[in-house]
Amino acid sequence: MQKKENQEVENRPDNTAFTQQRLPAWQPILSAGIVIPLFVLVGLAFIGIGVALFVTSRNLHVLEVWKNNLLWLNMALYVFFSPQGPVFFYYGLTNYFQNQRAYGVSKDYNQLSGDLDYFTFFFSIVPDSTCKPYRYDVNNKPIVPCGSLANSMFNDTFNLYQMKNGVKEEVPLDGKGISWWTDYNIKYRNPSVNPLRNAFNGTVKPLYWSKPAYELDPTDTANNGFINQDFLVWMRRSALPNFRKLYRRITDGLPAGNYSLEISYNYPVIAFDGKKKVAFSNVSWMGGKNEFLGIAYLVIGSLCLVMSVVMLIIYAKFKFPEED
Amino acid sequence: MPWMSPLARIRDALAGQRARDKDLRNLVSNLPYEGLDKWKQPNRHFRNNGIKTTKYSVLFFIPMNLFEQFHRLANLYFVGLAILNFVPVVQAFEPEVALIPICVILALTAIKDAWEDFRRYKSDKKLNRLPCFVYSSKEKCFVEKRWKDVRVGDFVKVESNDIVPADLLLLYTSDPNGVCHIETANLDGETNLKQRRAVPGVCITVSNTDILLIIHAVIRTGCLGFSHPDLVLKQHLVYLKGHETKAMLNNNGPRYKRSRLERRLNIDVIFCILLLFTMCIIGSLGHYLWLESMPSVPLYLVPQTDGHLDTPSLSSFYKFFSMIILLQVLIPISLYVSIELVKIGQIYFITNDLDLYDEETDATIQCKALNITEDLGQIQYIFSDKTGTLTENKMVFRRCSIMGREYPHKENECVRRALKMYIYKIKILMFTKSLPPNQQETEVILDQKLLRQIRGTEKIDAYQDFFLALAICNTVVVSMATAKRLRVSARLTAEFQQTNQSNPLDTLSSLVRRAGSWTRLRAPITSETSANDLTTQGQSVNQTGGQTCSLHVPPQGTAPAVPAGKLCYEAESPDEAALVHTAKAYGFVLMSRTPDSVTVQLPSGAQLRFEVLDTLSFDSNRKRMSVLVRHPISKQCILYTKGADYAIMELLETPYGEKQQKAIASDTQQHLDCYAKEGLRTLCIAKKVLCDGEYESWAVQRQHALAAMDNREQLIMDSAVQIETNLCLLGATGVEDRLQDSVPDTVMTLREAGIQVWVLTGDKPETAVNIGYACRLLEQDDLVINMSCKRNSPCIPRYSEDPRNVDTTPDISLVIDGRTLTMLMSPDLRDRFVDLARHCRSVLCCRVTPLQKSEVVKLIREKLKVMTLAVGDGANDVNMIQAADIGVGISGQEGMQAVMASDFAISRFKHLKKLLLVHGHWCYSRLANMIIYFFYKNAANVNLLFWYQFFCGFTANAMIDHWLMIFFNLLFTSVPPIMFGIMDKDVSAEMLLGLPELYRTGQGKGEYSFFTFWISMLDAFYQSLVAFFIPYFTYRGSDIDIYAFGTPLNTISLFTILLHLSIEIKAWTIVHVFIILGSVTLYFIVTLAYGVRYLNYSGYWTLQAQMVDPMFYLVCLISTVIALLPRYLFHVLKNSITCSPIVEARHLDTLEPSTRDQWIKEWRSFRGRVQDKTSDVSSVSYADPKASLASLSYSSNGYIRSSDSNKTIGAL
Repeated sequence: MQKKENQEVENRPDNTAFTQQRLPAWQPILSAGIVIPLFVLVGLAFIGIGVALFVTSRNLHVLEVWKNNLLWLNMALYVFFSPQGPVFFYYGLTNYFQNQRAYGVSKDYNQLSGDLDYFTFFFSIVPDSTCKPYRYDVNNKPIVPCGSLANSMFNDTFNLYQMKNGVKEEVPLDGKGISWWTDYNIKYRNPSVNPLRNAFNGTVKPLYWSKPAYELDPTDTANNGFINQDFLVWMRRSALPNFRKLYRRITDGLPAGNYSLEISYNYPVIAFDGKKKVAFSNVSWMGGKNEFLGIAYLVIGSLCLVMSVVMLIIYAKFKFPEED
Repeated sequence: MPWMSPLARIRDALAGQRARDKDLRNLVSNLPYEGLDKWKQPNRHFRNNGIKTTKYSVLFFIPMNLFEQFHRLANLYFVGLAILNFVPVVQAFEPEVALIPICVILALTAIKDAWEDFRRYKSDKKLNRLPCFVYSSKEKCFVEKRWKDVRVGDFVKVESNDIVPADLLLLYTSDPNGVCHIETANLDGETNLKQRRAVPGVCITVSNTDILLIIHAVIRTGCLGFSHPDLVLKQHLVYLKGHETKAMLNNNGPRYKRSRLERRLNIDVIFCILLLFTMCIIGSLGHYLWLESMPSVPLYLVPQTDGHLDTPSLSSFYKFFSMIILLQVLIPISLYVSIELVKIGQIYFITNDLDLYDEETDATIQCKALNITEDLGQIQYIFSDKTGTLTENKMVFRRCSIMGREYPHKENECVRRALKMYIYKIKILMFTKSLPPNQQETEVILDQKLLRQIRGTEKIDAYQDFFLALAICNTVVVSMATAKRLRVSARLTAEFQQTNQSNPLDTLSSLVRRAGSWTRLRAPITSETSANDLTTQGQSVNQTGGQTCSLHVPPQGTAPAVPAGKLCYEAESPDEAALVHTAKAYGFVLMSRTPDSVTVQLPSGAQLRFEVLDTLSFDSNRKRMSVLVRHPISKQCILYTKGADYAIMELLETPYGEKQQKAIASDTQQHLDCYAKEGLRTLCIAKKVLCDGEYESWAVQRQHALAAMDNREQLIMDSAVQIETNLCLLGATGVEDRLQDSVPDTVMTLREAGIQVWVLTGDKPETAVNIGYACRLLEQDDLVINMSCKRNSPCIPRYSEDPRNVDTTPDISLVIDGRTLTMLMSPDLRDRFVDLARHCRSVLCCRVTPLQKSEVVKLIREKLKVMTLAVGDGANDVNMIQAADIGVGISGQEGMQAVMASDFAISRFKHLKKLLLVHGHWCYSRLANMIIYFFYKNAANVNLLFWYQFFCGFTANAMIDHWLMIFFNLLFTSVPPIMFGIMDKDVSAEMLLGLPELYRTGQGKGEYSFFTFWISMLDAFYQSLVAFFIPYFTYRGSDIDIYAFGTPLNTISLFTILLHLSIEIKAWTIVHVFIILGSVTLYFIVTLAYGVRYLNYSGYWTLQAQMVDPMFYLVCLISTVIALLPRYLFHVLKNSITCSPIVEARHLDTLEPSTRDQWIKEWRSFRGRVQDKTSDVSSVSYADPKASLASLSYSSNGYIRSSDSNKTIGAL
């Protein structure tokens, strides 16, 4: 009999909070009364953040110099502010689409991580086929570094002189550590061959390059090959077509005064109707000068405050549940 | 196997094919061939008894499953896209990455299919392994074999309470008459016993040690002249096996229904496709213009291998396809899989609901259709059967009229009421399973007046005849109950007896004793219980396709003096059982029934053994049945007939001058009318005494009819009609079919929920109307329109005036009978009928055939374009159940056909309330919101990519790593919507039940409409714009690189999508919190880990770098806030300003339970007041209800009678 009773309730569902859908639940109802304090809080917080951002951004200075398509080898600048701390020296391009897919994948990771096996030519496999049509030259010699991305590397150079009493005094530019730490230390590696030049035996330099990879920086032998800082900066593709890239750092700051910028103009921009620029900017915790975000915070913060007032009116009108 | 030429093999195979296809099967016993190899077996061509309901085999699972899955267009589309990605010119991702989503989707579905198939396999295996006894000539005894090893031509021994392993030919039974009884509950759900006879002409010798079977060489089933039902029990020749059994042949695959929501969804998927194409064309055009705008070839354009560039037009053509690949997620690939998962979850919760569990039958709700749960929330019309659905279909004898005198059995009512209270108390006290009600309800409380009448007169008079007729004129089988049916615990019964010494509870205790008393049963108690186990197993197996039937051994011949209390009656219809129990209560105990005789114990204690000369079984044309017996004392031939009143009244002896008879007939008719008004089912009992000559001449004719080959049915019926004339009326009975628990409440609630309830019944209008009032389908102050036509008159009802008048009259109920219905369904009238019916609050169709039921359902469904639900319990409801959008079967008294055909099987009508109002509402609102969210989610995410195209020359590049993009949809944002679809609760179950009108939100268009879809798509566009352009303006002109730019975008998108869901979630449980937080955590963990591990990844260390930059957080914060602000405001305003019932209910939900109940009450009474007001208005405009109805009157022969309810009854 006992057994039978057990059988009888065999199909009985478990009486647990979960199966009976009775888990304790919090049922928030978004109604005017509840959200008013929230809006006030958010509004105040946003205005606070907005002010902080705006003030910080106001203290940042940026000097942008546009170069049109003419060959300007020398340019006179007047810096009318004297920012504290290091100043970043950028070059910029407009209408330059580094963010295309075909362009972006046109490189050989194995080459760039210093694997010598990829410095040879083996038809259809090495270098990577994505490098097409910049894989090898007419003599079937592999191009190192191969690919469109490396091939199109920006190659203008800049020198900055301060005019002190009519005397040009070169401003020291620091080219170290301008690339991502991980790029420099982990992702890109030179082949461990000494001297570096030997590793490139039997290869050719990219078509548009004037110097081979191992001679990118004649002043510093350690800054050559795939870990050349300018190369690394270039290889990190920009997200948007109008961009700037870090060229150098001016560690001592840029006192107000007259300067002269000397440019060796190599890079063609006519083909894509683009422009070049150089920019000097100091940075803070929020990066370069950017007033948008601060304004956005201020606007949304005020909007929230306005909204809370509107909500208050609504709340007064449609209070629920009614007392009547 | 010995060598055989291939030709011989082919010939053999062909012969086998022929043997299988033939209608007539020649079977040879396997015995002489035992031990020979398979090749020599005579029955090798027939399939074995193993049952296989699985769809796949282990070896071919993958190809077969893939083949099946590729029948889905969506899967083909995505595979096509993945393949397209391998074409270099249009490539948008790494090709392998593009394969991942489709592979995951296919794998998920395959796992689900494999799991389902494995369950089928397991249940098959369990069934195939069941033991049975097969005779072996080697061992000279029956040996135990597994079911699947039984072969065609074997001799099988089946013992009492065994399950029959295959379709069998009954050769021999232990019963001297060669009779056995089987129960076919597992086949058709009929729980009564069916008699089967052994094949005559088979000589079987049984010796002590060994059983020798001598079979006339070949048994040809056709020649022996036995139709299939005669093919069962005891020792049998196996005749059909496994897949060829009738049960398997009748087992159709699961039904596939497409829910309304799914149809809507498909339209929206098409919109998505259009949207996708528009976006791709824009991308393609943009690319063209971008290329055209270049003065010459810049360095960053990558030429082809040979150094030349594609023309802009060709390139933009390629880009079109790349765009499709890139933006493919806009068409939600995982939506269909997610919907299926959600529905599985929803069904899990439905089947696990304790409120839908019936303790008496130990049955939960069964969901047979897996994909229409949300339709439950949109029902507008319910079509219900009456008997067994609204009522218990457990008949209680209530009143009778004998020889024109009425015996109202008033005691019945009060005693039962007291009893019920008592049982209720016991239930609470003992906390045990309930008492099965059929024990209480077969109980008859005796009418003292009638009892005195019987006791007083010892001679065989009309009173005795009446009860004899009740006891004899039926097909009830006397048997002992199987232990399975015995549910009362001994303890409970004992207590019951102590407190209730009076006789009504005798059978209750007898039930307990019954098992022990049946000592002749060969199987010891233990084996009996194991047999019962098998039975239950068989039942569970039954649901998955295997069919079995269990056996009962009935008493044989004239039973030894078994105490009357220990008898158990197995009746084909509950009415018969009720009548036999009544006879027994008055002392006329049906002791046993064999094909040839009936033994009845009289109140005096004497037993009479009537010889049964013939049984004229019931058919629906005659509407009556008769039994012809020879009285053991007077040796008279007596015909006892019982049947529907009109079927008997017509046949009464024309009483020339006999005023008494006439008076009896008219009195009885009055009583019958009165019974019908009370909602009782009426039967007339009559008898006829035949002289021997009369009988003999008729018997000859009868034999002729029985032996006839052509037109047999008709001849048999004719012969029955011939003898059923000049009957002498004995009396009439009124049997109550009690309403099921809380049926009126359920009907009321459903109606408040805006569902129109129609009752379609085969009963007569009077009974139906009364049940209608009883279950509050009709209200006392309703306007009842009764539409019926006189017999044979060509009736063309016509509305004389515009039926729009009906609009303003709120409560109109329509009662239609079957014949009128046929006319109303004719093509020229059906529109007007539908129009009228739509304005009626409830419709009652009486005397309708099963076909008519389904026609009505179809008509309403097609004409009004509404969601319909049909609920029924019997075979006659199957058509209706299949015709409706949702078919609900009630597993009740009448068998399993309705359950088999249904989408949902419940055990009580009242369960419909929670199923629709709570689960239906939840399922619908959950799924609707989930689907909308899914569209939104994909659109919001994909649009980010689209906006980026404007800044990358429309080159189909993504600013997010492809792997992370795939993970985004597969890992980070896939579980929350599924959980949302399974677990969200907009309003609590209590509120939904308390305020049925909340159900109306789902009816018609509901939450998922054209409007809501586009609103959420617009919202998706807005949010993606915000999520893209806030970072864009922030980082514009800076030195940010692609992936560093994409990371905040992706993060914003994730937060927006998850917080959007959080706004939509109505009830937060720990599961919600866990899953939402889990998704966010997973996103960061996976992205961070991926940034560390994967060196080739261009975004190496990107998130890490971003996460140390405060700007990242500031950008994410403001973008998320701006993106969600409109929706948040929308919800706030919606909740504050509008007062939709759902919102109000949600407010109430937050209150304390006690105050909440108070509110619900007030609300309902408030609504009630409103309704009263409207009815007041209408009564003003129609001061005289009759005047208002004049507009509805029919011309010519059709008529409408109307009045308020009381008058209607009077008119009837």
